[in-house]
Amino acid sequence: MRRRLTAFLACLFLGASLAANAGPAEDRKALTEHYKQRLPGVKFEDYVLGALALNKDALDQYESIMIFPPFVNDVDEGRKTWEKPFKNGKKLASCFDGGGKNVAGNYPQFDNASGKVVTFEGALNACLKANGEAELKYGSTVMGLLVSYTKSLSDGMKVNVKVEGPAALAAYEKGKTHYYSRRGQLNFSCATCHIDNVSNFVRSEQLSPMIGQAAHWPEFRAGTELTTLQRRFQQCNSQTRAAPLEFNSEEYNNLEYFLTYMSNGLPMQTPVFRK
Amino acid sequence: MRKKSTLMFALIAGLGTANLSMAVEGAKEPAGRTVAFNKAKGNCLACHAIPNDPKAESPGNIGPPFIMMKERFPDRNKLRAQIWDSAVANPKTAMPPFGKHQILTEQEIDQVVEYVLSL
Ligand code: HEC
Ligand code: HEC
Repeated sequence: MRRRLTAFLACLFLGASLAANAGPAEDRKALTEHYKQRLPGVKFEDYVLGALALNKDALDQYESIMIFPPFVNDVDEGRKTWEKPFKNGKKLASCFDGGGKNVAGNYPQFDNASGKVVTFEGALNACLKANGEAELKYGSTVMGLLVSYTKSLSDGMKVNVKVEGPAALAAYEKGKTHYYSRRGQLNFSCATCHIDNVSNFVRSEQLSPMIGQAAHWPEFRAGTELTTLQRRFQQCNSQTRAAPLEFNSEEYNNLEYFLTYMSNGLPMQTPVFRK
Repeated sequence: MRKKSTLMFALIAGLGTANLSMAVEGAKEPAGRTVAFNKAKGNCLACHAIPNDPKAESPGNIGPPFIMMKERFPDRNKLRAQIWDSAVANPKTAMPPFGKHQILTEQEIDQVVEYVLSL
C-alpha cells in the first residue's frame, strides 16, 4: 500500500513537473520540426549562419571575409573596456565565472530577485554598479564593443538559456506573445517572416530561420557597422512600420529571452560579419 | 495641347476611377504601376513577381506571381477585396491590409486593381 502511494505521488510529481516545463521545450521541438521540413538540406548547426546557410555563394563570401575580419580593431576597443581596472582595483572579469570565458551563452537569465530578465549587457552593467562604477548606456557604441569582445570569449559555447519557475515562464510567454503578435501599419508579426516564410525572399532578401538567430551577436554589418541583437529588433520593427522599442526595455528583454531559448544547444559565433 | 489635357483631366474626373485604365492609355506609366512599385506605397514586388513587366526586377516570392490576373479574377471586387484586407480570405496571410490599415488610399487601390488586371 505504502509503495503504491509512493508510486502514485511520484507520478503526480512527475506529471506536475512535466506540465510546468512543457511549454518552452515543446515549443522548441515543434519549431525544430517545422524548420526541418522547410529547410531539408540545412544542417541544424548551420542555423546559426542565418540566411547564409541558405545561399552557398553568400556563405563562401562570408567565409573569405571572416579569415581577416574587418572589425578586429573594433573588438579590441571592447577588450580595453573589459580590462580597465575599477577604482577598487577589480575588473569586470571578477564578476563572471572563469574570468568571463564561456558564460555569455547562459544569458539572458531570469533573475528571481528582481522578477526580470537580465541580458548579458544587463549583467555587465550590474557588475559595474556593484563595484561603484558608472553603468554603460544600453545601445551605445561603447557597450556594443564591450559585448563584442566579451562574447568573443564565448565563441563556440553552446547556448544554454534556462526557463525555470513560474515567473521565468511568464517572462518567456510574454516574449513569445510579442513574437507572434502582429503590429504596425503593415500588420506583420516576427513569425510571419521568420517562421511562416522562412527561406522565402522579401525582394532580394532571403528570410532566415529564427532558431539560430540569437546565437551570433553582435554583427558588424558591411564590415564595421556595429549592430546588436536588440538593434536588429528595432530595424525589423521599423522596416515593417511598427514602433521600435527602447534598448533594454522589459518587452525587448523578454523577446530576447524567448528568442535565445530557441537557439539552445547551438554553438555561438561571436562576433560575425554580415553584409 | 493644353486644351486637350484639360479635357482629359475633366474626363478622368468625370468618369471617376473606374475607367482610369482608358484615360491613362498611351501615357508612359500607369498610375497603378507607380503605386505598386513604390516601396513606400504598394511595394508589391517585395512579395510578388510580375513576369510580364520587364521593369519588375528582383521580386520576392512570398506571394504568387501576378499572371493571367483577368482570368483568375473575373470578379474585380474580389481582387479589390484581396488587396483591401487579405486577412478576410486567409487569417494567417503575410500580405498587409492595404485598405483597412490605410497604407493606400481608396483611389490608389483602384489604380492598383486596374494595373494588376492588365497583367
Ligand atoms: C517583413 C518581414 C520581417 C518581419 C516582420 C521581421 N523581420 Fe527580422 N528580418 C527580415 C529580413 C529581410 C532580415 C534580413 C535577412 C535575414 O537574416 O533573415 C531579417 C533579419 C532578422 C534578424 C537577424 C538575422 C541575422 O542572422 O542577421 C533577426 C534577429 C530578426 N530579423 C528578428 C526579427 C524579430 C524579433 C522580428 C519581430 C519583432 C522580426 N525580425 C520581424 C524580415 C523581417
Ligand atoms: C509581404 C508580402 C506581400 C506584399 C507586400 C503583397 N502581397 Fe499580395 N499576397 C501575399 C501572399 C502571401 C499572398 C497569398 C495569399 C495569402 O496568403 O493571403 C498574396 C496574394 C495576393 C493576391 C491573390 C493572388 C491569387 O492568385 O490568389 C493578389 C491579387 C495580391 N496578393 C495582390 C497584391 C498587390 C496588388 C500588392 C501590392 C499593392 C501585394 N499583393 C503586396 C503577400 C504579399
